[in-house]
Amino acid sequence: MTAYIIRRLLWMIPILIGVSIICFALLKQAPGDPVSAIVASSRDSGSQMTQADRDNLREQYGLNNPVWVQYYDWASLAIRGNFGDSTRSNQPVWDVIKTRLPNTVKLAGVSLLFTLAIALPLGIISAVKQYSKLDYFLTFFNFVGISIPQFWLGLMLVYIFAVELGWFPSTGMQGAYVEDGTWPLIKDRFMHYVLPVASITLVGIAGYMRFQRAAMLEVIRQDYIRTARAKGLSERVVIFKHAWRNALIPIITLMGYIFVILVEGSVVVENIFSWPGMGQLAVLSLNQRDYPVIMAIVLLSATLILIGTLLSDIVYAIVDPRIRYD
Amino acid sequence: MSAQTVSPRLADQIRVAEEPHRGQWQMFWRRFRRHKLAVVSAGILIFIFAVAALAPIVAPYDPNKTDTQLARFGEPASPSLAHPFGSDQLGRDQLSRIIYGARVSLVVGFLATGVAIIFGTIVGSIAGYAGKWADMLIMRLADVLLAFPPLLFLMAALASVNKTIVSIALVIAIISWMNVARLVRGEFLVLRQREYTEAARAVGASAPSIIFRELLPNALGPIIVAASLGIPGTILTESTLSFLGFGLQPPTASWGNMLQNSFSMMRDFGAWWMIVFPGFMIALTVLSFNFLGDGLRDALDPRTRPD
Repeated sequence: MTAYIIRRLLWMIPILIGVSIICFALLKQAPGDPVSAIVASSRDSGSQMTQADRDNLREQYGLNNPVWVQYYDWASLAIRGNFGDSTRSNQPVWDVIKTRLPNTVKLAGVSLLFTLAIALPLGIISAVKQYSKLDYFLTFFNFVGISIPQFWLGLMLVYIFAVELGWFPSTGMQGAYVEDGTWPLIKDRFMHYVLPVASITLVGIAGYMRFQRAAMLEVIRQDYIRTARAKGLSERVVIFKHAWRNALIPIITLMGYIFVILVEGSVVVENIFSWPGMGQLAVLSLNQRDYPVIMAIVLLSATLILIGTLLSDIVYAIVDPRIRYD
Repeated sequence: MSAQTVSPRLADQIRVAEEPHRGQWQMFWRRFRRHKLAVVSAGILIFIFAVAALAPIVAPYDPNKTDTQLARFGEPASPSLAHPFGSDQLGRDQLSRIIYGARVSLVVGFLATGVAIIFGTIVGSIAGYAGKWADMLIMRLADVLLAFPPLLFLMAALASVNKTIVSIALVIAIISWMNVARLVRGEFLVLRQREYTEAARAVGASAPSIIFRELLPNALGPIIVAASLGIPGTILTESTLSFLGFGLQPPTASWGNMLQNSFSMMRDFGAWWMIVFPGFMIALTVLSFNFLGDGLRDALDPRTRPD
């Protein structure tokens, strides 16, 4: 097992190098570069840069070198953990990310908790009462859930609950003006979470519910469930103690996938709700051609996805002794 | 008690077994017809297709024609008899834009999925049949692409190409072929060991003949299922990209980019029609494709009623 984990960890290195090369090549392919974005913003602030200024900047950022030299320069620093400075804000990339990552983790974490807390029980009920009215209703709901664009759901929630009813705020993580005291502060933060979390959760429920239902159906057909029933155990004990535990195992395989969902979900939802997290940063940086930040975001997410997949494989092997890696 | 309590699943199997022998298509149609939602969805999709194909005839207005009489002071006009879906802030007719936008969603959905499925099948076949270094090379490339968060890859890639329907579809295909390739490869590894493949090899059949006549036909079921899941997924992806500003650029209407500006209009003017209609069309189309796919799966493979 240890050898297996080490091999998988080592294997992540070439994959991440591949990811960085592809991403670098894509970005270099783009028309316009960080300098053109800087030129545009200096024009907005009223002064026109001369051609000499632009050439100097290009030289300073190393944009005149061949692409592979540029990649080598970037990679030789990145390998030591130095991702350079953001061309948009001139801060080191890590500082930019450090202020934003926690916001995304909070949003994604809360959403994930709600998603699992709602989806798993619904999946269980759906499986236990297979082909009942409730099962058909949940199945239909599930189809709707996987078919609704997440950004549309977000927009609709904003329209209904922020614009029309005015119950919740629709932008940012906190209000501009909050009354003194602990309670108003907690309430303000809480209210800002409601709509973004709802947007991620409502869409997320569908997939997990379906998965849990399928896993549960698989388990309740097993012999040991029949044995448990034959022993005269109550249905509740059979379902929750014998069946659910085993039906949770396949959920673990979703762990790597969870990171993908959370990264994607945060890009969409953060941009709708102006949530100052990584997803909003990704779109901002792409529009501003802020390559160092984009490279860091892509590599960070790829690492998370790879680690998530590895963790799920490891945990899977621990909880299900039938699985052996060599 | 016993006859009535046969589970629907078992009843289905009995019915299938009792069916007199018919042509494959007839059997397919009989089974498909039982999935009511899939039949309704097929009808809805045919309607959407027809409207999209006949857009210049059925659209009441030019989708890009602005009208400042309608949208006075840049305020979107609410739905009326003349403009049932209202207008945007430039006075462009929303219904006409939605009709033209359907073309984008459908073409990108089919093109991207088609390219991804065909490419994935080809490289998956090569990996599964040839093995060795070809397998190694293809699967490692797949590993690298699977490590990307798809949306980030697409945004970065689309920042660097001229955004047309074709280029968007191809970029989506580049990040979507891996699962099909893995699937086909897995099927091939199993099918390669089967007796009929051995037999074909024993009588001296060539590699292409084995791939096309023995292996591919038997792997077709999962490939069709992957395709039926791929189209709605791709339509969602395209609309998300457009919404974030990485899809087709205005003035060309797509359902996603119609929603891009609607947020501020909805907040400032309460222009609900600018978000409700385009988004509803995306959801309806994707939902119909999903139901259709579900029906196809049931009809093509009666053994696996999806749970």
